[in-house]
Amino acid sequence: MMNYFPDEVLEHVFDFVTSHRDRNAVSLVCKLWYRVERFSRQRVFIGNCYAISPERLIARFPGVKALTLKGKPHFADFNLVPQDWGGYVQPWIEALARSRIGLEELRLKRMVVSDESLDVLSRSFTNFKSLVLVSCEGFTTDGLAAIAANCWFLRELDLQENEIEEKKNDWLGCFPDSCTSLVSLNFACLKEVNLAALERLVARNPNLKSLKLNGAVTLEALQRILMRAPQLVDLGTGSFVLDRDPNDSETYKKLRATILQCRSIRNLSGFLKVTPRCLPAIYPICLNLTYLNLSYAAGIHGSELIKLIRLCGKLQRLWILDCIEDKGLEVVASTCKDLQELRVFPSDPFGAGHTAVTETGLVAISSGCPKLNSLLYLCQQMTNAALIAVAKNCPNFIRFRLCIRDPAKPDPVTMQPLDEGFGAIVQSSKRLRRLSLSGLLTDRVLLYIGKYAEQLEMLSIAFAGESDKGMLYVLNGCKKLRKLEIRDSPFGDMALLRDVGKYETMRSLWMSSCDVTLGGCKTLAKKMPRLNVEIINENDQIKFAHEDSQKVEKMYLYRTLVWPRDDAPEFVWTLEKLLFTPGVLLEDQWSSLTN
Amino acid sequence: MSPENRNYMPESDVVGLNLKETELTLGMPGETRVTTDTGVKLGTKRGFSETIDLNLGRSNVKCHDKVCDDELENDVLGGATKSLTEKAQLVGWPPVRASRKNVMKSCKFIKVAVDGAPYLRKVDLEMYNSYQQLLSALEDMFSCLTIRNYLNEKKLMDPANGVEYVATYEDRDGDWMLVGDVPWKMFVESCKRVRLMKSSEAIGLAPRTPQKCSSTA
Repeated sequence: MMNYFPDEVLEHVFDFVTSHRDRNAVSLVCKLWYRVERFSRQRVFIGNCYAISPERLIARFPGVKALTLKGKPHFADFNLVPQDWGGYVQPWIEALARSRIGLEELRLKRMVVSDESLDVLSRSFTNFKSLVLVSCEGFTTDGLAAIAANCWFLRELDLQENEIEEKKNDWLGCFPDSCTSLVSLNFACLKEVNLAALERLVARNPNLKSLKLNGAVTLEALQRILMRAPQLVDLGTGSFVLDRDPNDSETYKKLRATILQCRSIRNLSGFLKVTPRCLPAIYPICLNLTYLNLSYAAGIHGSELIKLIRLCGKLQRLWILDCIEDKGLEVVASTCKDLQELRVFPSDPFGAGHTAVTETGLVAISSGCPKLNSLLYLCQQMTNAALIAVAKNCPNFIRFRLCIRDPAKPDPVTMQPLDEGFGAIVQSSKRLRRLSLSGLLTDRVLLYIGKYAEQLEMLSIAFAGESDKGMLYVLNGCKKLRKLEIRDSPFGDMALLRDVGKYETMRSLWMSSCDVTLGGCKTLAKKMPRLNVEIINENDQIKFAHEDSQKVEKMYLYRTLVWPRDDAPEFVWTLEKLLFTPGVLLEDQWSSLTN
Repeated sequence: MSPENRNYMPESDVVGLNLKETELTLGMPGETRVTTDTGVKLGTKRGFSETIDLNLGRSNVKCHDKVCDDELENDVLGGATKSLTEKAQLVGWPPVRASRKNVMKSCKFIKVAVDGAPYLRKVDLEMYNSYQQLLSALEDMFSCLTIRNYLNEKKLMDPANGVEYVATYEDRDGDWMLVGDVPWKMFVESCKRVRLMKSSEAIGLAPRTPQKCSSTA
């Protein structure tokens, strides 16, 4: 029936289909729908920047206005991917700039961004509105100055956890006086800022809803800024420090009064440095908070932390440090009945001390907060009994990431592996999409995952499993698996090669310190031309054509529609390239030359 | 993983003390401690490497890090503690982003003791930029005290009874020093704890200043 409607009608209907997955599905129905959909698509999500080329993006979606790109694999967050691996945004920005794409929004995660890229970006798209950089690196405040100076209609500049070299320039001062359109500004990952320029900027941007400051913004400056922006919904404080008795401080009194005017704040973060006795100033905000992020606030703990939590009855998302301890988590459980997401980070991840939260805290949370659907929990220990209780209390997990500090640690009470505990979680949370395992685990837990985790999209395995069977349970069972990352587990070529077609249904597979060999990787690369199989060979352990039986330290493979990238550094071997490029010695030629 | 591979030398043989008798093991009261021929003690708590080896059907423990391989050859008692420090060398574990690693480093909490007070307090030296700020904070904390400046020396006094306190600190070498001599940053680096010492005890340490109030306590 839909074929009898003019294209405009189809397009109008498609306007209501916003998620990129749904639009992908729409485009598969028939050629007509594919055509209408591709001309009308405005938002494109590319989960792996090496899966497709910018030219093909531009050819298929000439109307794209908002682009999301992701670069390095997830384990790059934990230093497992060497510097210079790749993930450069430059070719994308150049290609988009040359085309007639009217780019308005760019969101990048784990990519290498240069000042030049930012400069080209800022000058090439007149309607550019939003730049979000998450865990990126390679640029300086010069690049930020270009964005500030040239993007006249900028609404959003959101810098999350990037590594930015700070030059002596005043990038914030580069926002022209005519810039009055800002809605969201986050520079918390920087160390310095020009306070005067910041205050003027805030004063002339009345639509500012989200503002995340850095440690250079003092309490005094915060008060003046909040005076200008009582409409804020999302606030990240900087340095919440007072060096005198708050009761004697005019600044503090003014701050308290100013905060009372900020009736819209629902999300609060920051407190990179804090004088706990100043916290009462934010108590009025706590009553309405739905998101509280104290994961960088090492200065708030003990009774002050508890006092704060007790006021946050409407909290839905909480990010904290483990200095909250099990007792503090019990307070969360009795106060935050609407809690959906909890993340507990270690305050001292690499020290010799213990992590202060255990299974007790988690069980308390699960019994007090049945709406919990997203968990990240770094703890000292975990028991099967606790996980089984958590699974029973909270059957709605979408994300469940548990990290026990000691790798492969068993249940301390029974000395058993944690198979049954995690098994209970996957069996009860039928909508689970993301899972990270830790503790002592055998193939059994992987059997449970393959059997029950039907919606699982991303799985992280570390120091787990006993044999290839384990990995196969997952590959065979999890039909919706998109990303699998494995480290230090005994899976080898047999598991890798059993079902090579599976990897084309997934975005990527990472295996490090496992038992896959060079020969196994080569076999896979030869069988599957539409996969890029990369060997990251930092220590020069393997000579390419020798020793097929040698184990590969790090392998990263991903599906792709383009020829293997040409920006890979020397220590990254893309097997497709090495096996298929004419002119490159084939392995038997090499062996005969070197033997 | 057979125990024969381990080099096990009972300590009691080495030093001639009968350490075996006083050794702690897990066992019912009255049970004799049994040591097998290979030197494995029965009834003792298993270390990390032993638990990995439990009947899980593995022919070899999967572990590429050299660290883990070494662990398997440790003797039971040493295994658990050694594994903790060596684990610190595991790359990328625990899975924590670089930006989160230094969260605690930005704090330097030290204990502050005041002579005569029933309990100690803790302050974060990173919170302050000068001695004056620190003393103000101490003044707030121990609310009975006020700062008194004599000849630019920093002292604290309890106006209720006129007892004067001198701020001292223990440095990295374990010596007790007068607060205020070195630049602030250097002080923060080297200070381990602070003690507000009664002036009357600080003979030889505190500068001589005229006592305006005599102690009535």
